[in-house]
Amino acid sequence: MKIVGISGSNVGSKTRTAINYTIKDLVENYPDVEVVLLDLADYTIQFSDGRNYLEYEGDTKYVAQTIMEADAIIIGTPIFQASIPATLKNIFDLLPVDALRDKVVSMLVTAGSPKHYLIAEQQLKPILSYMKAVLVQTYVFIEEKDFYRNEIINDDILFRINLLVEDTVVLLETYTKIREAKEAEYGF
Amino acid sequence: MEKYRIDQRKGLEFGIYSLGDHIPDPNTGKRISAEQRIHEIIELAKIAEQAGIDFFSVGESHQEYFTTQAHSVVLAAIAQATEKIKIASSSTIISTSDPVRVYEDFATIDLISKGRAEIIAGRASRVGLFDLLGYNLKDYEELYEEKFELLLKINEEESVNWSGQFRAPLKDANVIPRPKAGYLPIWRAVGGPPASAIKAGYAGVPMFLATLGGPVTSFKYSIDAYREAARQNGHNAKELPIATAGLFYTAETTQQAQKEYYPYINEGMKVTNGRGYPKQQFAQGADPRDVLNIGSPQQIIEKILYQHEQFGHQRYIAQMDFGGVPFDKLRKNIELIGTEILPAIKKHTAK
Repeated sequence: MKIVGISGSNVGSKTRTAINYTIKDLVENYPDVEVVLLDLADYTIQFSDGRNYLEYEGDTKYVAQTIMEADAIIIGTPIFQASIPATLKNIFDLLPVDALRDKVVSMLVTAGSPKHYLIAEQQLKPILSYMKAVLVQTYVFIEEKDFYRNEIINDDILFRINLLVEDTVVLLETYTKIREAKEAEYGF
Repeated sequence: MEKYRIDQRKGLEFGIYSLGDHIPDPNTGKRISAEQRIHEIIELAKIAEQAGIDFFSVGESHQEYFTTQAHSVVLAAIAQATEKIKIASSSTIISTSDPVRVYEDFATIDLISKGRAEIIAGRASRVGLFDLLGYNLKDYEELYEEKFELLLKINEEESVNWSGQFRAPLKDANVIPRPKAGYLPIWRAVGGPPASAIKAGYAGVPMFLATLGGPVTSFKYSIDAYREAARQNGHNAKELPIATAGLFYTAETTQQAQKEYYPYINEGMKVTNGRGYPKQQFAQGADPRDVLNIGSPQQIIEKILYQHEQFGHQRYIAQMDFGGVPFDKLRKNIELIGTEILPAIKKHTAK
């Protein structure tokens, strides 16, 4: 079982901090899971030009391929100009249309204002649904005031990150079992 | 239809095509040599001819796990090895080729085969060949349109005057040799959304439609759009042949066909497209309403006749060698086509 955590911006610290907590929780509670962190700030990724993802090179290919190999993905995103950042949208554009089929995807959002609460609901979820992801419906929304110097200081957030990780793993295990049982019926 | 060597009285034409993929057999993990693969493709054309199959074509793919990049050379060998089966490319990537050279090659194949060659010109679904052959991906659309137009012009005019963006101009150029009948059937390869089919209709050229999976009705939409666009632009849609191309595998029972073929399609898709074939989608492929022609001969007959009823197409071509299917299995497929599928299809579609 492979879970990829994505920190979806090439700038700032809050999303990365929140993803760090998430990954730490994942590793501590589910030691058998293979966990990979993709902080988009660490890679030089070209803009999508529509080619098959295998045909990209370097960091672009590595990031696309790592996501394609995942069983589940935890996406962390900040909110820029009332939407997801271009760096994250570009990742979706690099992948095939139904790239997220049979993959469980969960989300956490960092934002400077509580007014951004529904952006993941209205802008991120439709993309993930179009790409056929199995969604963990509830996401963790974290505001600027919950952070202090690269740490999360609101214990309630940590509690909810813990639930997000659990929901992701439980949904993945459940969905995989159901799918495998169905596939076993096919006889091929 | 005569211009395209299609005689509808004989019913739906049945063909075989290969992309020349060169993939390890997932059951053994072993890959045959490129030499053996090419010889097997030539042999496949020979046994297809013996089974009464109408058409055989080979495509070019300039990427890992493929072996017929020089597809016109392979087709020349097939022309020499066979006597009556029609032969074509599926497809020639005209965008990254010189139409003059392509025409010279295929006119020569037509002469070697004594009038059996056709060209199916496409624009590539994968784009690695743009770098390899020295073209700019930014010109993807325009390269195809301009070069396809030139190809048609060379086919229609013995002395060509032409100028364009991507090739030196031609002044009173005689592109020789000429094919046996003076011209070649040239088809436009179409995949994906109806927009591409509409362009083929506007141009009034025959359409080769890739139907890789999904409901028959979604492809009917492209076919209807093609005919409508042709009519709107003053072409007689009744005179324009349509061919469909798709995945094929048959065995005694549908279950056996699925069981035998799934590892090939799944592994083949993984290595060439980066994603396996979802099992649920493959299982659904057995439904008569799905375009995937995988099943028992009876199931496939039913499917092809349903597709014919929906599409009213003139030719269907089957891709059965994708994913490293070993040759004895291909032989078995050809045998079932020749003895069971072909006679039934001809019986029901001949006029």
